[in-house]
Amino acid sequence: MKVSITINGTVQSHDVEPRTLLVHYIREHAHLTGTNIGCDTSSCGACTVHLDGEAVKSCTILAAQADGGSVTTIEGLSKNGEMHPMQKAFMENHGLQCGYCTPGMVMAAIGLLNENPKPTDEEVRLGLEGNLCRCTGYHNIVKSVLAAAKK
Amino acid sequence: MIPAAFDYKRAGSAEEAIALIGQHGDEAKFLAGGHSLIPLMKLRLAQPTVLVDIGRVKDLSYVKDAGNHIAIGALTRHMDVEKSPVLKQHVPLLAHAASHVGDAQVRHRGTIGGSIAHADPASDLPATTLALGATYVVQGPNGKREIAAKDFYRGFLESALAPDEMLVEIKVPKMNGAGWSFQKFNRRAQDWAIVGVAAWRNNGTSGVALVNMGSTPVLAAAVSAALSSGASVADAANRAADDAEPQSDLNASVEYRTHLAKVLVRRALEEASK
Repeated sequence: MKVSITINGTVQSHDVEPRTLLVHYIREHAHLTGTNIGCDTSSCGACTVHLDGEAVKSCTILAAQADGGSVTTIEGLSKNGEMHPMQKAFMENHGLQCGYCTPGMVMAAIGLLNENPKPTDEEVRLGLEGNLCRCTGYHNIVKSVLAAAKK
Repeated sequence: MIPAAFDYKRAGSAEEAIALIGQHGDEAKFLAGGHSLIPLMKLRLAQPTVLVDIGRVKDLSYVKDAGNHIAIGALTRHMDVEKSPVLKQHVPLLAHAASHVGDAQVRHRGTIGGSIAHADPASDLPATTLALGATYVVQGPNGKREIAAKDFYRGFLESALAPDEMLVEIKVPKMNGAGWSFQKFNRRAQDWAIVGVAAWRNNGTSGVALVNMGSTPVLAAAVSAALSSGASVADAANRAADDAEPQSDLNASVEYRTHLAKVLVRRALEEASK
């Protein structure tokens, strides 16, 4: 079936099988490999992107469900070569170790601040419960999100 | 992991969805938010040959004050249930329970109707609406009928829905200031409850339902009966597992689940009695 999704401002139209997951559409059809596949069971959040402005797990959405929608991935955050404030905050606060969870963590964190611009430490931890960091670098991730919220 | 192949049909209305399901028979499934169904399809535990996507039937996403009850469209997402000012005011137990479903990303996609129609005893909202004495409105080729929550759950992932019927609305009585509590015991954030309890109490009446204490969500009728005959919270809580048939799994044995149910019901009743 024909699916058209605006990804990072560019319309991407591809002929795909109905069972194509959004994350595969992004990685294999749009060739944007910044979005990672982690657990593949809607638990770890590595595949988090924004669909029509909200954080979602792209491994648990069919591309067909997102047809006509607008997706932002980690590649779509920087403007004019400048990193997004959340990306900068992760860099400055050592919010990443191996980096595998980072694209999803950053997208989830931006989604969190869109809904709750001034979260408490506790609200950041609860708000990111859908994202796992197997390096267990949570303290600095929370620190990064709180730093970004101050900007 | 990739699901087995299927045909994809998109419905623009409940009527169109029901007609499509009728054409394709038992092997077709409705797709709402997909956060119960797609994981099962990826694991090939479900292999429908046709999916009827009802996710765009926007007129089934609403929360309305209907006098003595609140009417919730089946396609209302968990996040919208959680944040609804009408539900926070009139059915705070349900708004709160919705905030415990999965995680933020899941709540952006999953719907209350999808969760109830999936009829998973480990899910939060089937038991919560059961405790609240909700009524489910279902629509088929011959129109609508209403099913009380207590008559809806028939077995593991089995409900009273006919194959060509679609859940369209959830009617939840207003709580009228009742005390309430939602207890969810799990090992990790975002997990399903090992055991959960949804409870409310108002003067002589109460409602208590259990998550993951059997093949269906369980109404703990013995607890409410004990309370209305004047039993203390501690004595009533000891009846928590009387109506349940819990099973053992990787997370908990039958004995442990039974113990947890008693402890969590006691905590829930204490909180709801404040």
